[in-house]
This record gives sequence, structure tokens and C-alpha cells, in this order.
Amino acid sequence: MALIRFTEQPAFRNPWAEFERIRQGLDELSNSLIGQGRAHIHATVYPPLNMYETKDALILKAELPGVHPDDLEISLEGDTLTLQGKRLRKLDDKATSYHRREIAVGNFSRALALPTKVDLDNMKATLADGILTITLQKADEVKPRQIKISTD
Amino acid sequence: MSEQELQVQEKQMVQQEGEATKPEKYFIPAVDIFEDEDKVTVVAEMPGVKTSGVDVALEDDVLTIRGHQEDDAPKEGRLLLQEYETGSYLRRFTVAETIDQDKIQATMTDGMLTVELPKAAPAKPRKIEVQAG
Repeated sequence: MALIRFTEQPAFRNPWAEFERIRQGLDELSNSLIGQGRAHIHATVYPPLNMYETKDALILKAELPGVHPDDLEISLEGDTLTLQGKRLRKLDDKATSYHRREIAVGNFSRALALPTKVDLDNMKATLADGILTITLQKADEVKPRQIKISTD
Repeated sequence: MSEQELQVQEKQMVQQEGEATKPEKYFIPAVDIFEDEDKVTVVAEMPGVKTSGVDVALEDDVLTIRGHQEDDAPKEGRLLLQEYETGSYLRRFTVAETIDQDKIQATMTDGMLTVELPKAAPAKPRKIEVQAG
């Protein structure tokens, strides 16, 4: 007997198929409104992060302009990575009038669950040109391993 | 002020007239602009832009700030999470004051661009003594 998915049943047998079709249509519409090409996720906690995975490492990137390395704290506990810090701006005492103030100052703290186990002793973080790059080596047990086939 | 929690600011794309030939994305950098007696200072947030990638020009009272960012995504690997987009930065301002063009200074530190526009001599406030006569 061939298996038929519930949503793939003919319309007269499945009243939900029409709803499914509408839902897919709405998804496509909202994706096309978000932007050209790839839609990104809207971060709700500062700073927004980009994460990449390579064969044996996780690379995290964050834009932290104006943050001094001394004001930034990164900690890793189990598979939870925490970024904490503050952005301060020394205000010019002489400045008599502000015309625009768009750059926010303040504290931030973000905790992130990592998707894989990482080697706790082997993490590297650099902050250059306002971009933070954290490189985490994957733990040995989750690294891909090649299995040699022996012939007897 | 410093106790405040930082909020995520979504990057705004520059609305360009016409189409660009290069498939580049331009974002509007957040700026602070303040003025004192001798100069106007513009501070712009441009993470990922190196000193060599900054282009500041003042032409016909229009200040153009452009920061070119090279794609710094790792060569290999796949994207697991994308919460921000990368691209170059562009913003233009009309400067009302008379600026001494030769003395404009720009510095780039930690992804923040600071442009100092010294006011030309006649624009500086001058106190006029009222003589009793």
C-alpha cells in the first residue's frame, strides 16, 4: 500500500489542503517582502550575530563598533556562550550642541546555546575594526572522522 | 545613560537613485553630529571598514561619507545563523557652516569613523565690542 501524506490527499477528501495552500502562499509573500534574496532573522538581543560552521570549527561574528576590548567579556560554560560588555562614548566637554544623536551607548549581555559541543580549551576571539570574531574548535567527539576500511 | 541596555538597531539600506552597476549593498551608518566653537564633528558607526576603505569628501557643501567593507565571511563553511547583513556604508549631509577644506581630518578607530570639519575663520563667533561714543 502506497503511503499518502495527509496534506497530499485530494481536496475533496482533505478539507485542510486548502488551508495548507493558503499558508504556503502567505509564507512566500512574507519572504518576498522581507528583502531581496536571503532573508535574515531579526535579532531581539544585542548584538546581532552571524554564525558559520566549518568542518572542525564554529565561527561567530558580531558587529561591535566602538567597543573597547577591555570592556568586552566572553565566557563559555558547557555549550552556552555569553557575551557581555558595554559601549561607552566619551563625550566632548567642549561640544556645545548636538545636531544628531543616533549612536546608542549602554550595556549588553547575550547568551547563546551553541549547536555542537566545543573544545573548551581552544577558543579564540579577536576584535578588529569593530568586528568580533570568535573561533571555537569543535570537540573531538563531534568532529567528522574517516573510517578506514581494512581488507582481511 | 551608561546603565541603559543596548537595543538592536536594524540596518537601513540606502535608497539609491538608479541602479548600481556593482551588486553591492549600501547601508546608512548611524551618526552623532556635534558642534563647538571651532569645528563640526561627525562620528559614524561603520563596523568592518578598514582605514583604507574610508572615503570622505566635501563638495559643494555636501559631505559624503563612504565606507567600503570587504566580504569577511569565511571562505569555507556554511551559514548557520544570520542576524545581520554586511555591506558598505554611505551617507550624505549638507553642511551649513563654512568649512576650512584643507584642515578636514578623519580617523578610524574600532569601527567608528570620526570626521572633524574645522570652521573657516569668518564663521567663528566674534564678539563685537560696543563702543561708547
